[in-house]
Amino acid sequence: MKSSVSIEMVMLLAGLLFALGIAGVIIRKNIIFMLLSVEIMLNASGLAFIAAGSHWGQPDGQVMFIFILAMAAAEVSIGLALILQIYHQHQSLDIDKLKEMNG
Amino acid sequence: MDNPLWLIPALPLAGFLILAFGGSHLSKKMIAAAGAGSVCLSALITIMIGTKLLSAGPDGGTYSQTLWTWIDVAGFNAKITLTLDALSLVFVFVITFIGALIHIYSAGFMEGDKDYSRFFACMNLFVFSMLVLVLADNLLLMYLGWEGVGLCSYLLIGFWYENPANGYAARKAFTITRIGDTAMAIGLFMVFYQSGTLVVADITAKAPELWQQNETVVTVIALLLLAGGVGKSAQLPLQTWLPDAMAGPSPVSALIHAATMVTAGVYLIARMHVIFELSVVAQSVVAIIGAATLLIAGFTALTQYDIKRVLAYSTMSQIGYMFLALGVGAWTAAVFHFMVHAFFKALLFLAAGAIIESLHHEHNMFRMGGLKDKMPVVFWTFLIGAASLAAVPLISSGFYSKDQILWYAWGAGGGSPLLWAVALLGALITAAYTTRMMILTFWGESKTHIGHHPGKRMTIPLIVLAFFSLVAGFIELPHNFGHFTLFSDLMHKVLPETILRTNVSSEWMFQLLAALATFGGIFLGYFYYGQQPQRIENLRQNEMLAGLRRFWFSGWGFDQLYDVILVKPFVFITRINKADVVDKLYTGIVSVTHALYRLLSRTQSGSLRWYIMGMVIGAIVILGIQMML
Repeated sequence: MKSSVSIEMVMLLAGLLFALGIAGVIIRKNIIFMLLSVEIMLNASGLAFIAAGSHWGQPDGQVMFIFILAMAAAEVSIGLALILQIYHQHQSLDIDKLKEMNG
Repeated sequence: MDNPLWLIPALPLAGFLILAFGGSHLSKKMIAAAGAGSVCLSALITIMIGTKLLSAGPDGGTYSQTLWTWIDVAGFNAKITLTLDALSLVFVFVITFIGALIHIYSAGFMEGDKDYSRFFACMNLFVFSMLVLVLADNLLLMYLGWEGVGLCSYLLIGFWYENPANGYAARKAFTITRIGDTAMAIGLFMVFYQSGTLVVADITAKAPELWQQNETVVTVIALLLLAGGVGKSAQLPLQTWLPDAMAGPSPVSALIHAATMVTAGVYLIARMHVIFELSVVAQSVVAIIGAATLLIAGFTALTQYDIKRVLAYSTMSQIGYMFLALGVGAWTAAVFHFMVHAFFKALLFLAAGAIIESLHHEHNMFRMGGLKDKMPVVFWTFLIGAASLAAVPLISSGFYSKDQILWYAWGAGGGSPLLWAVALLGALITAAYTTRMMILTFWGESKTHIGHHPGKRMTIPLIVLAFFSLVAGFIELPHNFGHFTLFSDLMHKVLPETILRTNVSSEWMFQLLAALATFGGIFLGYFYYGQQPQRIENLRQNEMLAGLRRFWFSGWGFDQLYDVILVKPFVFITRINKADVVDKLYTGIVSVTHALYRLLSRTQSGSLRWYIMGMVIGAIVILGIQMML
């Protein structure tokens, strides 16, 4: 089955999503939003895998996406747990207020 | 191992090891037994092997014993091999026999010292090193002994290290002899580079084919070896350390700075005589250095107050005679004078030590006086030693050896009337300062109270040495009476015979002149110090003579000269370079890294968002580079 959307367009979309995610991680101060941005980056790479897999007619792209999905689920659970602990200890989710290790 | 040659150096080494590692747990008796006993045993074995070598020795008259291979790399082979021939036998005999007597004397002399075991440890190590020096069959092993005796000399001059002046004297001796040692090391490199071997026998065999007569390279080698000998033997211009070396205990002065170590230069030149024979220039330099030293040291000895300094300068002067003999080609005469000198100079130093000890460490001769009747044993033995030093004709051994040198200074191949005249003047001065020393010390009125008399352990070595100072000369009588040449017959197995010039007049006249010089010197000394001491006072009033006296007293100003041309500039340079220019490079590296550390530690801000930014920029840069290539 031939897709009507070209691979370049999908890759561009994935790249844009990834860039948005990075920008979010860098710009946002709130840890929850940073975590969300990381999720966007993960999904951008997942999208790139799916598109590449369908372009070459190989199942590997989808396999990799399943992996990423599983990893993202684990990451979110650990990340949220950490955020809860941080909020308990510091009463704040501002990443700039939380910096303690500086040379 | 069919003969116990290796035991001769091994025993003092064992003594050193016992005393160095266990000395603090031993009683004084045990220390003396280990220290003196080991050297006495060595002396006995030497006498045993020596008689065997002389009576039933192998062909060529050499015992050789290879213990093990020291270095074997890329064609260079150095073995630990001991070789005993006639020349080394004389040296080994003197080292062990006189060494043993001095060790026995030291057992009494150092009784009250708290560092009894350290003293004997150093003395034993010295005897070991000196034996290695003379028994070595190659120049590298000899150099090991050469440096070993230098180290022991340093340790023993500075033995009473609590007085900073003694430490200074020790450092001075070490530094000045090091100049000679360095020259000698360069000489050894050149010998090896030219001949490919450092074994003495091989060099002796190869030298005539390898080098032309008077070739430049052989002259340079000979002069470098001579510089080594000059440093060790306290000859001009490296002589200034010896008078200061008297800071050590008297037995040390007797053993190291009179009998053995300072004659190492004589041994070196006699051992390498083949090289010196190939260079007329080097040989004349040896003779001139000897003649100049004996005269300068003699004049200096005339003016000294300190009894040990008189003896130190007379040692320099007597070694000057040996160098003169070597320089004119009278090899056996030099070794003969070495042996005789070792006996009487060790005796004089030991007797002087006994006097100094009894007079509460009084060194000044002008505060002694009147000891003739109070210390008879010391007086008679000292008198015998002094007679030998002054070369009193017929009865003293010093006459036979010194007369031979005087005769050869005129008559031998390298001799000349000028050298002879200098040597004769030296003999006159020697007799004069010896008489002066005798009169000031033993005659006149007593000026210092005697504390305690020397014990048996100190007087017996004196008597034995006095006996040898009397008879040692009789083994070699002049050609014109007796013509008894036991010593030179023995030596000629190793050293070449002295070639006389063709037109030499009768030997009688020279002996008469030498005797006249001795008596003239004795008379001068007696006239000015014994009979009419007020004349000396009158001479002192004279402005010019007083200036001359000060000049002589300071050892002809050599110390001041070296101070101005070497020490002062060096100290000046070190002062302006206190911050150390070379060190700047390393401190520079330190400060650059420190600055970089401060710069980079700023980036460790702890701000997570900056870190991510850094990572993203890094990734973009790497991707960008990849795309561009």
